[in-house]
Amino acid sequence: MSTNALLRLNDLSIVFRTDRGLVRAVDSVTLQVDEGETLAIVGESGSGKSVTALSILQLLGEAGKIDRGQIMFADDDLTTFSESQMRNIRGNRISMIFQEPMTSLNPVIPVGKQVAEPLVLHRDMSWKDALTEAEALLRTVAIPDPRARLDEYPHQLSGGMRQRIMIAMALACQPKLIIADEPTTALDVTVQAQILALLKDLTHATGAALILITHDLGVVARYADRVAVMYAGRIVESASAMDLYAEPRHPYTQGLMSSIPSLDGVAGAELTTIDGQPPDLANLPVGCAFAPRCKYARQACNTTPQLTSITDHHHWACHGYE
Amino acid sequence: MSEVLLAVEGLKVHFPVVEGVLISKTVGSVKAVDGVSFQIHKGETFSLVGESGCGKSTTALAVLRMLDPTAGKVTFDGTDLTALSRQSMRPYRQEMQMVYQDPFGSLNPRMKVQSIVGEPLKVHRPQMSNSDYKKRVADLLDLVGLLPAMAERYPHEFSGGQRQRIAIARALALEPQLIICDEAVSALDVSIQAQVINLLMHLQRELGLSYLFISHDLSVVRHISDRVGVMYLGQIVELKKRDDLFSNPEHPYTKTLLDAVPIANPKLEAERAEPRIIGEVPSVRNPPPGCRFNTRCEHATDRCRTEAPAATSRTAGFVACHLFADAATDASSSAA
Repeated sequence: MSTNALLRLNDLSIVFRTDRGLVRAVDSVTLQVDEGETLAIVGESGSGKSVTALSILQLLGEAGKIDRGQIMFADDDLTTFSESQMRNIRGNRISMIFQEPMTSLNPVIPVGKQVAEPLVLHRDMSWKDALTEAEALLRTVAIPDPRARLDEYPHQLSGGMRQRIMIAMALACQPKLIIADEPTTALDVTVQAQILALLKDLTHATGAALILITHDLGVVARYADRVAVMYAGRIVESASAMDLYAEPRHPYTQGLMSSIPSLDGVAGAELTTIDGQPPDLANLPVGCAFAPRCKYARQACNTTPQLTSITDHHHWACHGYE
Repeated sequence: MSEVLLAVEGLKVHFPVVEGVLISKTVGSVKAVDGVSFQIHKGETFSLVGESGCGKSTTALAVLRMLDPTAGKVTFDGTDLTALSRQSMRPYRQEMQMVYQDPFGSLNPRMKVQSIVGEPLKVHRPQMSNSDYKKRVADLLDLVGLLPAMAERYPHEFSGGQRQRIAIARALALEPQLIICDEAVSALDVSIQAQVINLLMHLQRELGLSYLFISHDLSVVRHISDRVGVMYLGQIVELKKRDDLFSNPEHPYTKTLLDAVPIANPKLEAERAEPRIIGEVPSVRNPPPGCRFNTRCEHATDRCRTEAPAATSRTAGFVACHLFADAATDASSSAA
């Protein structure tokens, strides 16, 4: 573990009980987030990116369980923490921003009180002081007329304003790490640009690290320092954003990169696609989960490739190809 | 350019705002679509882009007469659809079909694929024999890249991408000339989205289809379109050929939109300036007077706050902004 590592997932595996038996949603994930950096986790539906994020704060619910591995945050293994110890972490040292601000804000509590609550809980502030601080936080996230907004309810705000409220809440206790799970997927593109720019500026200003969960490779290119690509519960490639886009190595990453129409690409040309469908997690193929869709698949792919380094900062899980 | 298939002129769709419970009265209107004009040529893909609430989907519904327009004309293949009765509209409905965003919501879970894809045939071609019907459904499934044997299955047995293929097969059943795709690839994962985009483009070449493509995703729109209209608060602010729009956006709103879209290339992104985006979209219920974008435009003048800009013509399109209105009179002579 390098000196400035803030969070490290070691060989993390998560299973869910479902009607169709145990499903391994996250398998042997090893991942590190350094202080102050933005790490993007990308993948398609069912790749395990959100489950990985939720597991850090132990928000998996009844059906999900970490069955192997460690979540090292500073010097503690969060997997050994009790619920009350976790409560001291959530919203305090690690906070989370969800996709849908309408469902993650309480509809019957004024937003000022919701932003102030973590300060009362974790900083022992009085409600009066916490509300004053909340007003300052709303100003930080560029909400116009913050004093008047304190008394408003979520339904009185636009989607972009609600997400700003979520960010204000997440920042309230000056966490070391913010996890944002598809924070702008439900928002229009101009609002998305505003929110992500705000998130980037504020994490830089406070020195917080950011884990950005997204399916949008454009967002990753604009905002991430490093990227981990997930497929069927495993990390298949990780590298700095510059390296990953300049030279994607894993066949899945290559397929993803070439299948998006980009504003700088050739318009109208046939898009390269990845054949077939993402696998069913309850019924994964033996060996490399991507093999059935991979044009380079060969005999060796019947065993699961481990994440190994190509260079110091570029890793992949692939048996290689010519 | 080829023949005009669909012409929309001065289309308006206003929804009344009603207040009061026992004694209700109309207190105003939401002008969801307010004076929209465009044409779609045979074999062309025309896209409407814009953010939530800009009126792009309402425009589509009004074209299909699923909503009755408040004003304006929709001409399909020379016939004014707005003048037709519900009954005489029927044959034209066969010519225009729709593919929706959510392939989970748009397919009846209790019907087999056979009946879903074949239903338009049962309604509009009741005289068709059973064997012809089955053959046609099998051909349609084949056309969209599914196996004919899949006709016996139910929607839940398919993935999102396959369901969207089923929805496309249904839309093709009556051999329409125009297909309206309302965010048809927006809910799909990127690897699957690429497959469906390729399919739509392939079908267009094969069958000579025209598309009205409605989307908020500028990258997809750039990929698939011949011409593009950018909508803001119920109006088209700029309409141009694809390459003209993306390489030379003129309207400040179009520029804002394009700046806001991140490009999947960290090198280019590092060189790009952080987009400057002022404020939020005002309520459609109460749009600003004059140019509707004036509250968010860094070039706004007093004229923009009082007078709505007229369309200044461009190659196969126009831009509606006062910045270009003055220059237009000088430029039009040289441009022509």
